[in-house]
Amino acid sequence: MDKPIRVLVAKPGLDGHDRGAKMIARALRDAGMEVIYTGLRQTPEQIVAAAIQEDVDIIGMSILSGAHNHLFPKVIGLLKDQDADDIMVIAGGVIPEDDIPALKAAGVAAIFTPGALTTEIVQFIRDNVKR
Amino acid sequence: MFDKEKFEQLKVARKNWEDKDLNKSLARSPERKEAFKTGSGDIVERLYTPEDINDLDYMEEIGLPGQYPYTRGYQPTMYRGRLWTMRMYAGFSTAEESNKRYKFLVDQGSTGLSVAFDLPTQIGYDSDHPLAEGEVGKVGVAIDSLADMEILFDGINLEKVSTSMTINSPASVLLAMYIAVADKQGVSPEKLRGTIQNDILKEYIARGTYIYPTEESMRLITDIFEYCSKNVPQWNTISISGYHIREAGSTAAQEVGFTLADGIAYVEAAIKAGLDVDSFAPRLSFFFNAHNDLLEEVSKYRAARRLWAKIMKERFKAKNPQSMMLKFHTQTGGSTLTAQQPDNNIVRVAIQTLAAVLGGTQSLHTNSKDEALALPTEDSVRIALRTQQIVAHESGVTNTVDPLAGSYYIEAKTKEIEDKAMEYITKIDELGGAPRAIDAGYIQKEITDAAYKYQMDVEKGDVVVVGMNKFKVAEKAPQGLLKVDPMVGEMQKKKLVELKAKRDNQAVTEKLTALKKACKGTENLMPYIVEAVREYATLGEICDVMREVFGEYEQSVML
Repeated sequence: MDKPIRVLVAKPGLDGHDRGAKMIARALRDAGMEVIYTGLRQTPEQIVAAAIQEDVDIIGMSILSGAHNHLFPKVIGLLKDQDADDIMVIAGGVIPEDDIPALKAAGVAAIFTPGALTTEIVQFIRDNVKR
Repeated sequence: MFDKEKFEQLKVARKNWEDKDLNKSLARSPERKEAFKTGSGDIVERLYTPEDINDLDYMEEIGLPGQYPYTRGYQPTMYRGRLWTMRMYAGFSTAEESNKRYKFLVDQGSTGLSVAFDLPTQIGYDSDHPLAEGEVGKVGVAIDSLADMEILFDGINLEKVSTSMTINSPASVLLAMYIAVADKQGVSPEKLRGTIQNDILKEYIARGTYIYPTEESMRLITDIFEYCSKNVPQWNTISISGYHIREAGSTAAQEVGFTLADGIAYVEAAIKAGLDVDSFAPRLSFFFNAHNDLLEEVSKYRAARRLWAKIMKERFKAKNPQSMMLKFHTQTGGSTLTAQQPDNNIVRVAIQTLAAVLGGTQSLHTNSKDEALALPTEDSVRIALRTQQIVAHESGVTNTVDPLAGSYYIEAKTKEIEDKAMEYITKIDELGGAPRAIDAGYIQKEITDAAYKYQMDVEKGDVVVVGMNKFKVAEKAPQGLLKVDPMVGEMQKKKLVELKAKRDNQAVTEKLTALKKACKGTENLMPYIVEAVREYATLGEICDVMREVFGEYEQSVML
């Protein structure tokens, strides 16, 4: 049997809304993945360090505060700097439609906005994580 | 509660009804579902009759408005006397921008201000702090010093308006700035009316803008209680909040149970600090959510009022009736709004407004239809405010006090929520009180379990969210959302540089040194903070002094 997919669920920035992050973390765990949840207020540096140390396949970040345009690309930049850009990055939260093209161009593989189902996210990860 | 003979007749009649009418009806057309549940997932019976509330003693449990246990409202005339305060939570970008929005709201008939601060302000960082990058002015207004606060309230008479500030860990600093601005307007502290949220326990539980460890945070809170009871007597010193607990996914009964458990912890801390219960308890206020299940929500507010009255009287031996009255602000439920078909949110907010009003709220914020997508535009805020005005002036529900009282369902549900909430409080008492139950992760886990159950019910389609998992349409991306100027961070940084060049830095250092010394002792910190803000010490500088002495809270990460 394949090794389970390892996921880091992270809350970057100062935003304290973690209901979504916790729901995703639980749903991924129930779908058989190994999930590490960082807790609140993680800097991009902390997230990248945790991802490398935990040897995850994918990072899922959640922001509802509007700081996504700053923080998501920063995490991706740091992954590149550390030759860890084989780790896929997906994101969710209150992300305006207008911001999505630039975030995808920056390297966010998928963005899930309010109303997304956990089953969609599970499926996306299964289909896209390179093993 | 009912005449014995008539009650026996009812029991017989009910049995007959079930055997004949009901069974015939069910055989002909079965019900739509096996079980009917509230928004919180509790079973709702088909029918409620006097049988369901026969054990309730009217005078003891329900009573009259303005009388213990205040189930029907804390005030004898309720909205016949005065409508609730229509208080729209607002704030974004710079103090200048937010000041404009406040003037717009007052112009549109808003009767109280409610300030939203950005995250760096809420966590005690100035706008030039590395962790503030990308966050300045985003979810609220950026306040770095008294200079920003002066602009925020420019042209707004603080003697006339009541102001609510959603600020917790740095509550003492923002309150000090408010006092200082009022002073410059020539308004003395005893005339100030308003509320600071100041509820750290729910930050640890659900909202996340904590700074200091529990004990030091509780000290700051009791310092505020004491200072305000002497100097700012009309100020509500805390808004004990179930709102965010519910947003994090709790049930209605958990919202009441966990919120009142937090309230108990604050009362205990203040009594332990030597305060007399009746000296501070009248200024405690509460803050609840309004979700879509109208009747469950109405029952929730009534249950909270009754339970708090009993706790204050029986557990804390309060003597002043004001100490027993649970007064509350309500905000409609942000998490109930959908990003899909956002116009539908107007209807949700209208139902939630009715819930809050039928439940006897003292003030209300109504969310705007676009809040699942971004901060609201002026147009959508206007609709949200108009929703309150329509309920106030057109719906007729304000004409009589507590109009749903006496409904068999409402009274039974009120009792059920009260009992369930009390079970949570008992469990938390067993764990050593709310702060310890939070440290152990108990409260957080209960909420997350409830949230996950709800999420799964939505995904299975057992819970219908209109426009989201049923009645869907293909939609274009919404247009015209509010955008915060991305340059606001730079503008704030520039203002800070100018401020630090202009102020008396010697005086700032002296005041901060004095504050630091006081932090290490046991004196009330409020006077030191007031002195420091008057010299334009920044929010970050003041919070850093306290960080240095108090340390920082470490979250127990709980899935």
